[in-house]
Order: sequence, then structure tokens, then C-alpha cells
Amino acid sequence: MAAIETGGLTKAYPRVTALDGLTVTIGDGVTGLVGANGAGKSTLIKILLGLLPATSGEARVLGYDVAAQGAQIRALVGYMPEHDCLPADVSASDFVVHMAQMSGLPHTAARERAADVLRHVGLAEERYRVMGGYSTGMKQRAKLAQALVHDPRLVLLDEPTNGLDPAARDDMLELVRRIGHDFGISVLVTSHLLGELERISDHVVVLDGGRMLRSSATSEFTQSTGLLLVEVFGNRADHDRMGQALVDAGLAARPHGDLIEVEAADPAVHDVIRDLACDLELGLVRMQQHHRRIEDVFKEGEAGSVQPV
Amino acid sequence: MSSPSDPRVAPPRGVIHDIGYRPYAGPRLGEGQVAFSLFLTGLRNCFGLGRSGKSKVLPLLLLVLMVLPALILVAVMVQLKMDQQLLPYARYAMVTQLLVSVFVAAQAPALISRDLRFRTITLYLARPLRRSTYVLVRLASLTAAVFILLVAPLLVLLLGGLLADLSVWGQVRGFLEATAAVLVLAAVLACLSALVSAVTTKRGIAVAAVIVVLLVSYTVVSAIQGISVDQGNDTLGQAVGLFCPFTLIDGLQHWVFNAPPSTPAPPEGTGIGVVFLIVTVLVLAGSVTAMLLRYRKAVSV
Repeated sequence: MAAIETGGLTKAYPRVTALDGLTVTIGDGVTGLVGANGAGKSTLIKILLGLLPATSGEARVLGYDVAAQGAQIRALVGYMPEHDCLPADVSASDFVVHMAQMSGLPHTAARERAADVLRHVGLAEERYRVMGGYSTGMKQRAKLAQALVHDPRLVLLDEPTNGLDPAARDDMLELVRRIGHDFGISVLVTSHLLGELERISDHVVVLDGGRMLRSSATSEFTQSTGLLLVEVFGNRADHDRMGQALVDAGLAARPHGDLIEVEAADPAVHDVIRDLACDLELGLVRMQQHHRRIEDVFKEGEAGSVQPV
Repeated sequence: MSSPSDPRVAPPRGVIHDIGYRPYAGPRLGEGQVAFSLFLTGLRNCFGLGRSGKSKVLPLLLLVLMVLPALILVAVMVQLKMDQQLLPYARYAMVTQLLVSVFVAAQAPALISRDLRFRTITLYLARPLRRSTYVLVRLASLTAAVFILLVAPLLVLLLGGLLADLSVWGQVRGFLEATAAVLVLAAVLACLSALVSAVTTKRGIAVAAVIVVLLVSYTVVSAIQGISVDQGNDTLGQAVGLFCPFTLIDGLQHWVFNAPPSTPAPPEGTGIGVVFLIVTVLVLAGSVTAMLLRYRKAVSV
């Protein structure tokens, strides 16, 4: 069963259409939801939680209908909002226990789970301090802890890396990856930064203006392109000599930054490059497969243009 | 954390092992028990319990100040071997109304505005509890907190009265009547102050607004009552009592229980008495409805 299924999901406000006939299926593991600000990511999450009625279309979360079975969904789903949502005068420990109880856990179980989850998100002694004095990184961790404390089957994480410095960002991404892969909880994580999601998600859904631009496995975005990157030891002139030699040998070669990009549909091209470098008496530093990054897909202007090799 | 795949690093002794993520397979309680848990937490929070140290100071100080006069009154009564309470049960709430007002003005925003201002409300709404249940439970917590503040000194008076060998029936009756009245008063104060707090989400403004509603309304009402009694205009004096929560409930208990009034112009006669009852019901129903509407509409999650 898919974690999330939507069919023709539309949310129209008087002035703007936030979601426009969105049909998407999201499975287990970590799914990244990408889109610019205002692409409809947060609206989708609110509809999935049963907090906002859709104008038309349908959506099911964990097999429950969002329009009729919101309470069942909210019992099984954890939600980490994008914005601040922590009261300043309560400690993280007390707050997470309280939130566990709000999800129906008995008091003793709530205390145990809260301690466990706070350890997993990496809040140590500071859990006993009031949250008003927390750094952004600690607040994000506390927000994540309350989303996990009732052992949900699916968590919706809205921009969990917002406002974090690079080190904290890496920690948070690693945590999200562990939730999806080690904890066995399905994750839908939104971001407007593609590079982040590439590292942790199995599947990426791209939203643009409330429509789905693309939905595919991350490996499809970043698959091998049939291009080789070649680097030779030497200066710019040496690179140019190597490039010219490749072109003269009848290969499609072009500069790619400080490297040379060679189209290599046939494995024999590897030998040709090696021999050419040898003939020119240039040191061959590396020859590697050119993998795309998700960004490259967008730079091409048309997200669907990636062709399988 | 040491990497287990690195054989060069000897495993440190006494290390806490990461036992990994443990799923929860235990029971999940229904809406009723979740609501009760929210009620208890809200009630504790009203007295600063489970919150920061300094938020305990004011509510607990006010509770002590509320009980202190009752202790003194009982001590004096026992000392002088009097045959009745110095202050009737029914009048205690009115005499201590300043303390009650400060408590309500401080704690209603702490309970209601806090969730809206820090947007914690989103987290509650993302859980199984329904919006309306959340609102009603918050009102119940606040009502219970105000009720505890109001009923604690009455208990002291009752114990003192019984120890001083006053008529048991008379004391218990006075206590029960006053308890019923302060329960209604607590509900009215809680609903009104919660509504003000829900509309003005800034805590400071909410505190000031509740103070204005409670204290200014009382000052105006008692001034007009004083003047109208002087002028011999009883109808105006009685009717104006409707416009302050304290005089409203004082009038209601005078009409229902024939309790000793604390205002110069209590409602006399069935007609005005029924009006007091209707207004009380309308205030309660109206503010609860307004609260429900406010949360349905204005909470953008």
C-alpha cells in the first residue's frame, strides 16, 4: 500500500490555485518534495493531515481518506511544521511527553518514548531547559522529536533544514535519512534545495505552481549520462591539445570547466583516450563517469528531458 | 561515537550502546482520555506547574493571598467566640475580586494566547483531538483553575465554622450555595477572559484587556449603582449589575439562594432575577460559541 496517494487533488483559494489537479503516489522510504516557495508543498501537507479541505479531487494517506478519516490519519502521522511552534516556557522534555500524551500514549509510555526520541534527535542535557533559549538547531531537533514521539508510520517534515548552519544541516539530513531507512518510518520531506534531497531521498517529486512537474526515483535523476570526464596533468594548453586530439580522433569532446567532456557510448573510447594521452605524452589524471545532479535536470529548462542510456 | 567498523580503535569500556530505534506497540488511548490529559496539563499550567520557575510565583502567591483572609477571619471568629461567620460565604468572591481578576488576567493569556502566539496550536491540530474538543478542554482547565482559587478560602471558612461549633447545616448550606455560585462565576470569568485572550494573541495586550474588562466594568457598575441608589432609581441600579461578571453572579446568587448581596442594588423580584439568569447563560453560551468560531476560522496551520 502506498503511503500517500492523491488523485486530481485541487485546492483553489479565491485568488490563487495552490494545487492544480495533483495526482501522485508516494511509497515507503524517504521521498523528497521539491518546489519553489509557493509551489504548493505546505498546502499539500495540510490537506494530507486533514486540516484543510481540498476543493476537488481525493487523497488517501496510509489507506485512509483525508476528507472522512482525518483523525485516524493524524494518529499515525507525525508532522513537523516549517514555522516555529514551540512554547518558550516549557522544557523540551516536558513538552515532548505532553505531545506524546496528546497522541494517546499513556503517561509512563509517553515518558519512555520522549526520552528515547530526544536521544535519537540528539538533545542531551539541554532537554531539561526551557525551549525559549534554544538555538535554531535545537528547536528543529525538538520539533522533530515531537513528530516522532508517538511512533508514527509516516512523518511529514516541512523544510526541516530551514535556518540551519551547514554542520547542523548535515546532521538533520542524516537524521532524516535514518528515520526513513533505519527506523522504518516513511518520510515525506520538503525542501526548496535540490541538492539536499538528492543525498537522502529515494524518490523525488517536483512541484511547480501546484502541478506535478516530475516524480521519479532519485537514481533516475542522477543516473549516468553516457559522458566521460577526462582530466590530464598539465596546464590549460595541455588540456586544449588533448581536447583537439580527441576531436581529431572523431570523438565528440568539449571543455567542461577544467575537464574535458567526451561522449562515450562505446567502451572502446576509453582505450582511445588512453592511447591519445600516451601519444601526446600527457599524464592522464582521471577518467570518470559524469553523473548528473538534480540541479542539472532543472538547468536544462525541461525537467522531463533526461533520457535513459 | 566510535565506529564499529574500525578495528584499530579499541571499544571503550562502559559505553552506552545505541540500541537503535524501538517502535511503540503499546496501547493508544481514545479521545476522552487524551482530552482529560490535556485538561490536567492545562490546569497544572494555570498554577505554573510544568512551566518555568518564575511562572509559578504569581499564581501560587495569589492562591496564598486568597486563603489568608479566610484564615484570619476564622481565627478572629474563634477567638471572639462569635456565633456566625464574620464574612458570609456568598460575599467572599466579591471581597477578593481584585485578586481573582489579577489571576484571571495573568493566567488566561498564559493558557490561551500562548498556543496561538507560539503556533503550538498547529501541533495540537495535527493530532487526533478535534478542534472543538481542544477549545472546550482549554476552557474547562481555566474554569477549574479559577474555581480552585475561589473555593479554597470557602473550604477554610467551612472548616473554621465547623470547628467553632456553629450550626452544621447552616455552615454546609452556606458553603454549598457559595460553591455553586463561584463555579458559575469561574466559568463566566474563564470564558470571557479566554475569548479576549484568543482575540488578542499578544500576551501583554491580552493581560491588559482582561484587566480592563473585569476591573473597569466593576468600577463603572458600582459607581452607577451608588448614584442610582442615591437618586432612588432602583430599576437602573439593579439592571446595571448585569454589566460586570462579579455583580452579575452576585445578583444571581442573591436571587436564587437569597444570599446576602455585596452590591447596594441587588436584583429584587422574579422578573429581574430571570433576566440575570438569562444574561448569565447568554454570556457563557456566547463566549463559548465565539471561541469555537475563532479557532475554526483564524487558525491557519
